[in-house]
Amino acid sequence: MASSGQAEVFAPWEDPNEVPLIKIAGVTKRFGDFTAIDNVSIDIYRQEFFALLGPSGCGKTTLMRMLAGFETPSEGLISIDGQDMGAVPPNQRAVNMMFQSYALFPHLSVWDNIAFGLRRDGLSKDKVAARVEEMLKLVQLGQFARRKPHQISGGQRQRVALARSLAKAPKLLLLDEPLGALDKKLRQETQFELMDIQEKTGTTFVIVTHDQEEAMTVASRVAVMDHGQLIQVATPEVIYEQPNSVYVADFIGDVNLIEGAVGAIGDGAELLWAEGRAALMGQPGADLSKGSKATFAIRPEKIAISAEEPMDRRNRVQGKILDIGYLGNLSTYHVELPEGPVVKCEVGNRSRIERRDFTWEDEVWLSWSDTAGLVLPG
Amino acid sequence: MRRLLVGIPYLWLLVLFLVPFGIVAKISLSDVAIAIPPYTPTLDLSGGWSAIRAYFAELDFENFAFLASDDLYWKAYLSSLKIAAISTFLTLLVGFPMAYAMARAPAAWRPALLMLVILPFWTSFLIRVYAWIGILSTEGFLNQFLLWIGVINEPLTILNTNLAVYIGIVYTYLPFMILPIYSTLEKMDGSLLEAAEDLGCSRAQAFWLITVPLARPGIIAGSFLVFIPTLGEFVIPSLLGGSGTLMIGKVLWEEFFNNRDWPVASAVAIILLLILIIPIVLFQKNQQRQAEAEK
Ligand SMILES: Nc1ncnc2c1ncn2[C@@H]1O[C@H](COP(=O)(O)OP(=O)(O)O)[C@@H](O)[C@H]1O
Ligand SMILES: [Mg+2]
Repeated sequence: MASSGQAEVFAPWEDPNEVPLIKIAGVTKRFGDFTAIDNVSIDIYRQEFFALLGPSGCGKTTLMRMLAGFETPSEGLISIDGQDMGAVPPNQRAVNMMFQSYALFPHLSVWDNIAFGLRRDGLSKDKVAARVEEMLKLVQLGQFARRKPHQISGGQRQRVALARSLAKAPKLLLLDEPLGALDKKLRQETQFELMDIQEKTGTTFVIVTHDQEEAMTVASRVAVMDHGQLIQVATPEVIYEQPNSVYVADFIGDVNLIEGAVGAIGDGAELLWAEGRAALMGQPGADLSKGSKATFAIRPEKIAISAEEPMDRRNRVQGKILDIGYLGNLSTYHVELPEGPVVKCEVGNRSRIERRDFTWEDEVWLSWSDTAGLVLPG
Repeated sequence: MRRLLVGIPYLWLLVLFLVPFGIVAKISLSDVAIAIPPYTPTLDLSGGWSAIRAYFAELDFENFAFLASDDLYWKAYLSSLKIAAISTFLTLLVGFPMAYAMARAPAAWRPALLMLVILPFWTSFLIRVYAWIGILSTEGFLNQFLLWIGVINEPLTILNTNLAVYIGIVYTYLPFMILPIYSTLEKMDGSLLEAAEDLGCSRAQAFWLITVPLARPGIIAGSFLVFIPTLGEFVIPSLLGGSGTLMIGKVLWEEFFNNRDWPVASAVAIILLLILIIPIVLFQKNQQRQAEAEK
């Protein structure tokens, strides 16, 4: 969704005058004495492609089922388009859901599956037919219209489920791990297809996934969850570059984490990490207090590797190469510092055999700029 | 070894179905006689080729012609069909909600509930039907209970009526209806109903549009499993039914044991079997289709 150049950036969440389509306000959901969702508040705007990301069991499906109306919040409010959803049953919400299992009706053809919701609205036969044809075209399943769900492939079933949930033109489409059952290649293709369809239809999508790459690829904003709590809501770029916690930094992509204590806080923040070593300099990732426990987070691709000591950089450490991984487009070096931590560093292979002059056991210097790393509490 | 395994069911079919069927078919073409066995001709192989020819020459379709001429028989067939159809419908009416409740019960309870459905098979069928006499008779438990709570002043006559036959059949064949319906409902993915609701169905609509069609193979299988044996049912109508209860199973019994007219009784049985072929074939088709759908 990130647009570049002159085009206006899609960021309604930054506009204070924009009214969110969905307001989740202080929602808690308990099953018995187990808290599945813990005081979550999120605003989701029109035409967003919003991703709920978190490990299995963190409460993503539960949150989604509350939006669809299959679960009621134990506390808090959910409103859609200004209307409180408290007493609105699932069949009266302008919300449709694409189920994790697809939940296609096995006794109905692809055509009848897609027509199912339209017929419940009492549309005329012609209107139903026109809309079904439109949906079949959108997901490119025209020639499979007469087949039963068990006569088509997994990828096709996924598209039928998508078409069926889009047919009624809901204000909000919920997708619960929509690509979870597909193999990796089909998954990546389908991600772009989903984005395409989302853009074409202008529907607000909320997608649940435990795959961080998928969330980063498709979403306008990502909400990272853990144990029923919301940890951070931001654009994929912000989630990656400015995670607000060690949890988010670690969950998204590769990261080196070095533990220590907060030193001086000025332009940036210092992390004291080893006796007799210069403090590491980085951006404060959240509110910090001097002396408290903190972790330095630095992405492997932001670290430079050199044989000589780079005197122009404050953040520099020396270590010994433990391991080299050659991945074609880039090489990764695992460098062990004398203090113990192993730092991973990734270098692009721009020209052939460039930089392959390092080998195992070599003493090397790792360095990065003052703004490349983050100092995170905890 | 494989051939042996495949062969066993065929051997079974041959010994337990085709041979008896052949014997009954032959008797149905014979004439009644005061002899042991009470029909003629009987095959005497010592007489040689001509005796065999004479034996076949004596076989004819007289008994079938007789069945067609006396309206007792076709009325009994029709009445049996009617009673079987009504009983099947009533069993479905009682059995479906039970199967539905079982499939919806917490998974931990289901084995126990299944056990309860199967449990009656552990005592003799005859004893259970006799127990119903004790319940339904004029002085029976049901009447005593109804009189005690004051719903009625006079005992109801239930025993020896068609109503008692229906009660007996529904009671006896209920497990055959519940089990196949339960097995289709239990396999049903609960998210289908949520999907239906999500797409705008009320709970009741979702039941008719999703649950019932998905349970259809079970409903059909259960209905045939009740209909087929009920059509020839003899014990229940003769113990619980009255003189007004006309069923072909009872007629068959009377021809065999009261009139000792084995040839006519055999003809009655052959026609009953021919009638049953239709639902049996339909049942097989249903089972096949279900097996294919599950693949
Ligand atoms: N109906 C329920 N009853 C009890 N516990 C539930 C129920 N639904 C979900 N949970 C629990 O809530 C937690 C979150 O589940 P879920 O939302 O499905 O997680 P996710 O989709 O993130 O994998 C899990 O620990 C799960 O066991
Ligand atoms: Mg889930």
